[in-house]
Formats: sequence, C-alpha cells, structure tokens
Amino acid sequence: MSRVPARRKLATEDPIFAKVLLTVAAVIFLGLFLVAPLVAVFQGALANGVTAYLHAIRQPEAIQAIELTLTAAAFAVPLNLIFGLASSWAITKFEFPGKSILIALIELPVAVSPVISGLIFVLMFGTRGVLGPWLVAHNLKVIFAVPGIIMATTFVTFPFIAREVMPTMQSQGTEEEQAALSLGANGWQVFWKVTLPNVRWALIYGVILCNARAMGEFGAVSVVSAHIRGRTNTLPLYVELLYNDYDFVGAFAAASLLTFLALVTLVAKSVAAWWTERSVALY
Amino acid sequence: MGSPLQTKRRRKPRVIPGFGLTLGYSLAYLSILVLLPLATLFWQSSKLGWSQFWFVISDPEVVSAMKLSFTASFVAALVNVVFGLLVAWVLARYKFPGKRFLDGIVDLPFALPTSVAGIALAAVYGANGFLGGWLEAHGIKVVYTAVGVTLALVFIGLPFVVRTVQPVMEELEQETEEAAASLGAGRWQTFYRVILPTIAPALLTGFALAFARGVGEYGSVVFISGNLPMKTEIAPVAIMSKLEQFNNPGATAIALVMLTFSFGLLITVHFLQWWSGKRVRQLRSTP
Repeated sequence: MSRVPARRKLATEDPIFAKVLLTVAAVIFLGLFLVAPLVAVFQGALANGVTAYLHAIRQPEAIQAIELTLTAAAFAVPLNLIFGLASSWAITKFEFPGKSILIALIELPVAVSPVISGLIFVLMFGTRGVLGPWLVAHNLKVIFAVPGIIMATTFVTFPFIAREVMPTMQSQGTEEEQAALSLGANGWQVFWKVTLPNVRWALIYGVILCNARAMGEFGAVSVVSAHIRGRTNTLPLYVELLYNDYDFVGAFAAASLLTFLALVTLVAKSVAAWWTERSVALY
Repeated sequence: MGSPLQTKRRRKPRVIPGFGLTLGYSLAYLSILVLLPLATLFWQSSKLGWSQFWFVISDPEVVSAMKLSFTASFVAALVNVVFGLLVAWVLARYKFPGKRFLDGIVDLPFALPTSVAGIALAAVYGANGFLGGWLEAHGIKVVYTAVGVTLALVFIGLPFVVRTVQPVMEELEQETEEAAASLGAGRWQTFYRVILPTIAPALLTGFALAFARGVGEYGSVVFISGNLPMKTEIAPVAIMSKLEQFNNPGATAIALVMLTFSFGLLITVHFLQWWSGKRVRQLRSTP
C-alpha cells in the first residue's frame, strides 16, 4: 500500500495552488457544517456557567431519561448482537438459495424513515392496532410505554452489528474452522475459540455503532413514547421537551451528554479502524 | 440408535455445524421484528381503498409536505455530491495537519442523535446564531424556511457521499492517471476524463443514499424548520400530525408513498453497487 515517498513532483500530483485551495475549501466546509454545530451544543450548555450546567443534568427528570435510554440500549444491543452473529454465521459459512435476498432484507430498517419505524409498531400494538384489542383485554401496554420504546429502538438498530461482522467473517473464510473441527472441536468451541476472536474488532465496532444509535434514536421513539416527563422520556426526547419549553440551557446540557457519547463513538471508531488496519498489516 | 448414524457421518467430510440453528434464528428474529411490522403497514394500507388513499394523499397540506421533503432532499443531496467529492478528494489524496480529526468528524452526523443535531443547527443558523446572524444580515433567512430544511439535510447526508466515494478514490490505480498524463492530458482533463467516470457509480450511490436519508429525516429538521403547514412542514411531520390526530389511516397512506419511494431507491442503490463493483472488476481485469 505505502509507496516510497518520491522527491520529484509526479505527473499525477496536483499543482500546489490546487492542493491548498481544495484543502482550505474542504476545511472551511467541514468547519461550518460539522464543527460549528458541535461547538454550539457546548456553548449553549455552558451559557449560564458550569453550576447551571451541573444543576441541569442532575434534575430527576434528566436522571430518569438517562435511565430509560440505558434500558432501551441494554435490550437493543444484546438482541442485535446475537442476531448479528447468528445471521453472519449462516450467511458466510454456508451456501443456500435466497441468500442475497436475506442480506437485502437485513438492510431494510435503514431505508425506513424513523417516523415510519415508529408508526409500524403503533399499527401493530396501538389501541387501534392489529393486536390492540387483545393487549387492552390483557391489560398490557406497549405503545406509549417502555416496551414500545425498546421495540422501536431495536428495529432501527437492527442491521448495525450484522453489517459490520458479515464482511469480516466472509473474508476470514472457513479454513480455520475446518481445521479446528478436524482436530475434534465441537461447534461451540469453534465459534468461541476461532470465529469470535477473528471477528472481534468488527464486532466491537458494530456494538459501538449500534449502541450510539440506540441511545440517540429520536424519530421512532418519539412516535411510540407518550412524552411523559419523568416517565417515558429518553434522553433525545428530553432534549426536545426542554427546547420546546424554552429551557435552552437544560436542552443543550442534556444534548451535551449525547454529544459526548457521539464523540466517544467517533474516537472508538477511529481506534477500531486503526486496529483492524494494524492487524491486517501484521498478517 | 444414534451410534451407527454417527459413525457413518464421521466418514463424510467435516461440515461446519449450526446452519439450521443460526439461519432459523435469524429468519425468526427478522420476521418478528422487521418483516411482520412492515407487512402490517402494507396490509393496513390495502384496507384503505383507493379513494380514501387518494383523499389523504391529494390533500394540499400533504402534497406540499411531500413536495418539500423530496425537493429539499434532492437539492441537499446535490450539494453533498459537490462538497462530498471535495472532502473525499482532499482526505484521500492530500496530507495536512489535522487530517485525522477531519476524517473522524465526517461521521459526526451518523453518530450525533438527530434531536441534538436539530437544536444545534437551529442555534447555529438562528438569528442570534454564529452563521444565522451573518446570513440574515445578507438577506437570507434560514430558520423556519425551506433553506433551513435543506441545510439540515446537507448536514445529515454528507457522510453518505464522503464514505462511499472515499474508498473508491483510495483504490484508484495510480497507473491509469500516469497513463493519461503521459498521453498529454492535463490534471483537469485527467480528472474529468479518467477519475470522474471511475468514481461516478460511487458518487451516484452516495447521492441516492443521501437523498433517501433526507426524505425520511425527522429529528435534525424539525427544530430549524418550525413545521409550518404548507410552508416548512416535511413529510415525516405530516405523518406525525396525522398520528397525533389519531388518524392512523392517514398516517399509513403517507407512509406507504414514502416507503415505496425509499425501497425503490434502495433497489437502485443495490443495482448501482453491483454496477460499480462490475466496473472496478473490469478495470482490474484489463491489463
């Protein structure tokens, strides 16, 4: 990959003024469109000083929103983790008809608008939904309650782990598994000791992305939540609630927690990418 | 009973176990969580009947919302093709201080929750904001206008273009460009005769992905747009307001139009990816 740096100017190199011009244009564009909003969050959160900021994120409603956000992610991530591993195993280790259709179906939730992702659960579990009368008769509540939030979150994060693990598992092939099996290992041993270590970085990266989206989902959760303060608000919904109440410091303070999560996700992503490159280079 | 079978099986070449379990589990989970709920939407909308469906869809407020969603997403995706290409070009080809940071920050719109992006954009482009004040002084109002909707969609769509074009740009063979240069082509000629045709499928894929994401986007738009009916109300907000009025059939009808559109685009993207894959293979196989 890496070429020996050449002193002379290559014919395929851009003139220096073009380089500088394009780089400056790209930096200005990214600065205005991506960095400025990022700065605005922290500026808004600290507008009234650190004390006001700390006070805002210690509100009982904020704590409840954090708890519910963590709960939703605690269901969505493990569920999609198991699915990601199972589907990757089936798709990459075996040949079967309809495989490409299955891969396309796994990607489906990404193409669905967040609002529609919430709507489909309302149509199923809402009081006027398909299962509505049955749920009412059994005194169960899904929509405007925590189970609906968990379902919508799991739906929107559905492909995130599978789509990271699948390409890596595919590129690993099946030779190592075959070797382990011929040495007498059973299926579970092969999975835990051969396959899982081989795909660990892709898996960790998938989990990070899945978790970030699970904690940050807004549209889908907004449809299925009743927006009850201190009851069915996740952190992204709480941000909206405070903002619409003109409590800007509170809104940006809550938003800063989610922004921090996003930044951690980006750093973890870069580290995971760096590690995969390294482990590939070591082979 | 099992032992003769087992000895028989042992003589066969070893096959990897777990096919039935993993495929069965995957299909069951996919069906319950994704296919069944989506099928419900199609089933419910089939119960609507043509006239009721048309009544909802032809409502001026709904038409205006869909028009805005499609137009703003289209324009935003076009903007992203231009600037996404610029960013991908600079990140793939040049070395400069702070490049690693910029490369990482490109994914911010993926990682940042949309409600956070929404209030942050509203703050930046608001009348008191860092950019909004300047723009307003020059006669451009962003907040509560279609311009604001488009800007939010540019924000949300950027990584789709950059991250589909960047890998293709990094894979570009130096030799083809060298050949073009040795045949007397200038840098600009090489760009639009050699490089642009090669990355065109990736650019188109990025465009389609950004477009599709924009049409469905909700959180990052609603704060900057103000959701004024007939003016800045986008299609997902139209679905929301039908739901708030407990008008499930109305919400379903709009959702059906949008879903059909996104699935159409998804199929287009798959085709584009197959096409660009084919193109790359062709390029590699030609000596």
